[in-house]
Amino acid sequence: MEDRNSFVREVAEKTYEYGFTTDVQTEIIDKGLNEDVVRLISQKKGEPDWLLEFRLEAFRYWQKQEEPRWGHLKMPVIDYQDISYYADPTKPSDKKEGPREIDPELMKTFDKLGIPLEERLALSGTAVDAVMDSVSVKTTFREKLREKGIIFCSISEAVREHPELVREYLGSVVPYRDNYFAALNSAVFSDGSFVYIPEGVRCPMELSTYFRINARGTGQFERTLIVCCDNAYVSYLEGCTAPMRDENQLHAAIVEIVVMENAEVKYSTVQNWYPGDKEGKGGVLNLVTKRGHLRGANSRLSWTQVETGSAITWKYPSCVLSGEGSQAEFYSVAVTNNFQQADTGTKMIHLGKNTKSTIISKGISAGKSQNSYRGLVKVGSKAEGARNYSSCDSLLLGSECGAHTFPYMDVQNDTAIVEHEATTSKISEEQLLYCNQRGIPTEEAVSLIVNGYAKDVINKLPMEFAVEAQKLLGVSLEGSVG
Amino acid sequence: MKQYIELYEQCRGMLNGHSAPVLNALREEAFGHFRQMGFPSQKVERYKYTDVARHFAPDFGLNLNRLSIPVNPYEVFKCDVPNLSTSLYFVVNDQFYDKALPAVPLPEGVVVDSLCRAAETFPELVKHHYGTLARSRKDALNALNTMFCQDGLFVYVPRNVVVERPIQIVNVLRSDVSLMVNRRVLVILEEGASATLLFCDHAMDSHAFLTTQVIETFVGENAHLELYELEETHVRNTRFSNLYADQKAYSSAVLDNITLHNGVTRNRTDLTLSGEYAETTLNGLVIADKEQQVDNNTLIDHRVPHCQSQQLYKYVLDDKARCAFAGRVLVREGAQKTVSQETNANLLGSREARIYTQPMLEIYADDVKCSHGSTVGQLGEQAMFYMQQRGIPYEEARMLLKFAFAADVLSTIHLDALHDRLNYLVDKRFRGELNKCEGCRMCKN
Amino acid sequence: MLEIRNLHASINGKEILKGIDLTIRDGEVHAIMGTNGAGKSTLSHVIVGNPAYEVTEGEIIFNGKNLLEMNTEERALEGIFLSFQQPVEIPGVSMTHFMRAALNARRKHEGLEPLPAGEFLKLMREKRKIVELDSKLANRSVNEGFSGGEKKRNEIFQMAMLEPRFSILDETDSGLDVDALRIVAEGFNKLRRPETSAMVITHYQRLLDYLRPDIIHVLIDGRIIKTAGPELALEIEEKGFDWIKEEAGL
Repeated sequence: MEDRNSFVREVAEKTYEYGFTTDVQTEIIDKGLNEDVVRLISQKKGEPDWLLEFRLEAFRYWQKQEEPRWGHLKMPVIDYQDISYYADPTKPSDKKEGPREIDPELMKTFDKLGIPLEERLALSGTAVDAVMDSVSVKTTFREKLREKGIIFCSISEAVREHPELVREYLGSVVPYRDNYFAALNSAVFSDGSFVYIPEGVRCPMELSTYFRINARGTGQFERTLIVCCDNAYVSYLEGCTAPMRDENQLHAAIVEIVVMENAEVKYSTVQNWYPGDKEGKGGVLNLVTKRGHLRGANSRLSWTQVETGSAITWKYPSCVLSGEGSQAEFYSVAVTNNFQQADTGTKMIHLGKNTKSTIISKGISAGKSQNSYRGLVKVGSKAEGARNYSSCDSLLLGSECGAHTFPYMDVQNDTAIVEHEATTSKISEEQLLYCNQRGIPTEEAVSLIVNGYAKDVINKLPMEFAVEAQKLLGVSLEGSVG
Repeated sequence: MKQYIELYEQCRGMLNGHSAPVLNALREEAFGHFRQMGFPSQKVERYKYTDVARHFAPDFGLNLNRLSIPVNPYEVFKCDVPNLSTSLYFVVNDQFYDKALPAVPLPEGVVVDSLCRAAETFPELVKHHYGTLARSRKDALNALNTMFCQDGLFVYVPRNVVVERPIQIVNVLRSDVSLMVNRRVLVILEEGASATLLFCDHAMDSHAFLTTQVIETFVGENAHLELYELEETHVRNTRFSNLYADQKAYSSAVLDNITLHNGVTRNRTDLTLSGEYAETTLNGLVIADKEQQVDNNTLIDHRVPHCQSQQLYKYVLDDKARCAFAGRVLVREGAQKTVSQETNANLLGSREARIYTQPMLEIYADDVKCSHGSTVGQLGEQAMFYMQQRGIPYEEARMLLKFAFAADVLSTIHLDALHDRLNYLVDKRFRGELNKCEGCRMCKN
Repeated sequence: MLEIRNLHASINGKEILKGIDLTIRDGEVHAIMGTNGAGKSTLSHVIVGNPAYEVTEGEIIFNGKNLLEMNTEERALEGIFLSFQQPVEIPGVSMTHFMRAALNARRKHEGLEPLPAGEFLKLMREKRKIVELDSKLANRSVNEGFSGGEKKRNEIFQMAMLEPRFSILDETDSGLDVDALRIVAEGFNKLRRPETSAMVITHYQRLLDYLRPDIIHVLIDGRIIKTAGPELALEIEEKGFDWIKEEAGL
């Protein structure tokens, strides 16, 4: 216990520790967005015509759409022409063919972030795809995974090496027409990970992608696609950081997951994009569409997210439960401090018989932040015996912040049981006093109590991530209690 | 929408000619807002579940010339109004009916009268309150009602006067053609006053009716109001009702809204707790089957510290009923020590019934205790089995459990006679026997 | 007379009863004893027709009628009563309302008119005395807010109201203190008639001291592995079940 306390104290005294920049030669295309930019990105990545066509269709659709305004967010005006849509920090090699060399600075950067890219130094049992700005820097353990038939690589490589798979599944869960930011991403997406677990294979290690925004004035438009075939299993982790910059940086990602019969996917996120400074200046605008399609009978998907970073978070990792008996889970901790705003939650769309979903959401607001849970549970008319349980709690740590809950339920089947409950309360004075009396300083006590409050969700994370997440909760709330 | 703009432009003079200057004063402004806003689309958050324009599209007659409608409201009285010892009033469509006033006089200073007449008798009082809660710019239906309303009801209880006997208002819909009714109600309870109001909506004809109703309620410091609304009409009835209440310090209010039988109902209920230590209880019960629609949309606005609010809405749906509940609790910055609870429970009894539910908490103060819960489900299997083991037939057991589900809301009614009567009506409703009696024209047909 | 022949039953695809044979004649009280999870409660639920259980083989004949062809309430109207191990709480339904519905359903089945309200309330008062049930409890919702002991007394009260031909007491003694146990057992004995019979499920001798069963069955792993006179219960109290299992070759 003592160890843990000192540990928490140590991190509680830190501020955003990932705010450094990497000085690396980066190829950045000119700011602005038009069809030529879309073509240029596609050309740089050496993409086939069908993919260019897909991008262009998405771009034309995006042009006709308006930015959504329904979130409980004060969104800064985004000038889409003032962003560069492609930044490549890997030094272009003189040779046209062959693998690129990795700048040692890049390796150092990922080391500093605690993500060693040399396999011998790696965290035990974790394969990493490291993405900086628009390009995947390196993917570790590829060969070892390949032996089992598992494909784990950047999506750009997947387009080159497994075009048939990418073509079949890309956009099948999140079509570009889904929403404004999905259309934007579909037009200009750069890198991200591709995971394919063949039938009957249990992925022997955790797969993870680490996203890093580095270059100034750029946006990141990652695209991740996970396909888990019949009776297969994978646990996937995602981490994100960005340097401290005083302008807002746009991150508009899409994650698509396809889960076949009896297969299981666990997707965990620790999102720690730069949240902006204490005055609310700068920070990442995190506008993300994540969705899984539980296609097969008895398939399972769980989303676990710890959201501590970003100036604005707008994301609703969702599940479409088509397969009979499929089960979905959503566990979320969202912490906002200073001027951060989060509008996050999930959608559970029950289409198949005897489908089950669970939603556990914990919101923690401090400073002048606004933290909203927004979720939809829909039971279609054919989803006999569907069940949902949702629990959304909010904890308030200051008198100037806001905590909001907007659950939507739409039930069209008389055999469904849907339950939702939510509470909002402040941190208990008695608990604080009790801790103080035992000699624990207030800030540390808050960190302890908040960690306890979020435990149900943290426990769902793989171990290394759980430790990271606990640290982050402490850091994020620094200075939140007078 | 166009038809209402044209109608207003053509009938301005007639509208004003048959109403009071205080009511006329807001008409033009309301018209401006309505013309600008039009009917809210379903993209507007508070109208997500009801397509307003569609319900206003058909042609309805309006009685702008205030023709006297031949009616004997006692026909309704015979049918469903029980022997409550109430002070009984009738409003026929939107006209206060003064041919049958209660025999027992009200306490001194208490006024229950036509709104139009009250606006002439107490112009300052009415002017001071009328349209201040139900602002035209906030809701197109407020605007529409303000444009067209010519009369309705006025209730005034002076300082520290306690009206013991409940005031019952039977809203009777009566017409020989399909009719649009725009009714307006103003209720003012001064400091320390206390009153119980019971509104019962009935239709005497099987014609289609489209009603807009706006009720503005002012609950003064330390005042106590109980307001029960009971809708028991028929499937060709469309009702848009906006109820606003403002509560001052230490006041308390119980507001119940019960939809027993209807066609399409949309109730907006906005409560403002603007004085400290005010308490409010808001309950609703909906029983809907066939193709009935009921959409309850509530807002409880905690503006100041130390207030309490409780909400309980229950729905029992069958057949192809489509219903919605959206309840928003707003705790503003500085409204510390707020305690708020919101519960919505729904029973789905058939494959085609559909429920949307959306309980919302929006909180900007930290020292609060707020919770909400919402469930959709069926009758408990275990309870069904237990009852059947005791020999209670399946249908009877279902009925008992449905009744028990609804009884939760009925038990919040403080008026014993009404409570008993409602138990009886709800039971009848579940047995499909509602409105089947000998008394009135409706049932005889 | 209740006759059970080669009864097999399962829940969620799992077989619990694996061939039960049992005959209970009018006037008899049989006790069923056995380890936890042996299938005792399953047997009682299958007899009363809980739809959660599936009968895969065998038959249950009650006074010449095939119970398996009837649903739960039809069986109840034939005079089968279960005192639940865990009586169900039904919020919002008052005991009075509930009992009246049950009693009138029974009367209708027997071709009788519903009991007038006054007589019904009088009957409630009389029967309450049998198990010393507080009048306040009768005005509450079914089992809601009742203590464990009150729930069990309420079960016997309902039995008194409905006067069944065959009753099952499913661990009616669990959670009762000595006084409550005596009240419940004496209440049950007062209701015994030459034409009624009962099946008592229990772990303890204490209840059997009061009820004096005619026959004891030992139910283990879905089968009745031993049947004997009342002395068997004493032996089990003393030595447990292991020796019986050994004797049966389990």
